Amino acid sequence: MWKRGFVGAAVLSLVAASAYASFFIAPTERTMGLIQRIFYFHAASAWAGMTAFSVCFVANLLYVWRRQPHWDSLGVSAAEVGLAFITIVLITGPIWAKPVWGIYWTWDARLTSTFVLWLLYISYLLLRTLIEEPDRRALLSALFGIFAFLDVPLVFGAIRWWRTQHPAPVIMGGPGSGLEPTMRAVFFFSVFALHALMAFLIVERYDLEKLRTELDIVRREAEAL
Amino acid sequence: MKNLGSVFAAYVVGWAVFFAFYLTVARRTALLRQDLDRLKQSMKKGS
Repeated sequence: MWKRGFVGAAVLSLVAASAYASFFIAPTERTMGLIQRIFYFHAASAWAGMTAFSVCFVANLLYVWRRQPHWDSLGVSAAEVGLAFITIVLITGPIWAKPVWGIYWTWDARLTSTFVLWLLYISYLLLRTLIEEPDRRALLSALFGIFAFLDVPLVFGAIRWWRTQHPAPVIMGGPGSGLEPTMRAVFFFSVFALHALMAFLIVERYDLEKLRTELDIVRREAEAL
Repeated sequence: MKNLGSVFAAYVVGWAVFFAFYLTVARRTALLRQDLDRLKQSMKKGS
């Protein structure tokens, strides 16, 4: 238990340090000013969310292949955590957009595909509540999860393939893109901190799922008596 | 200092989402643990 508390405190310190760096170490951007500091939280949360959905995708594939319940547990844990991160992306994005674009929201390719991604993983979790039988629930949700992941490359490519409202990528954006070195360092530190938080939350959520499986087994034993 | 309030709002709302998510996981875990202990005890009494 103390080990978990220690890891939690370490993760919290990392996230706090990344916020400090975003406010006090990163230089102020010339055209957008202070509001650009949301970038370090907004984009890093998006990266962490996409990683969580990738974990979910791999777990779903492994469940379909091996039919072992722990892959289902990992899949649902990563989906919930990914959803929390993408919720933050969808909240911080409009807060950043209003002073810069003059509007909170527009149906451009990146925003729409991210919103669809959020809806797909909400549906993944809702689907699980509708099926009682554990093996059937695990298989159907794994298949749906594999389908839902198809939107992830679309979100990644949206600002590369179509030029709409959302800015072009500054990382992995090709020639002419890039960040000032201090901004880049602060951004990658934020990415690291939020990935640590994502891993911590997945482990916590996975333990909950393990407990649920144990309860199901004991319940079945009690009914058999 | 233009837009400082918006930057703070974004960070505070973001942290609130993480905190709320962590709390729901901790609460659901505690409830499941209670159910499991109760069931195990009733099985012991029954046997």
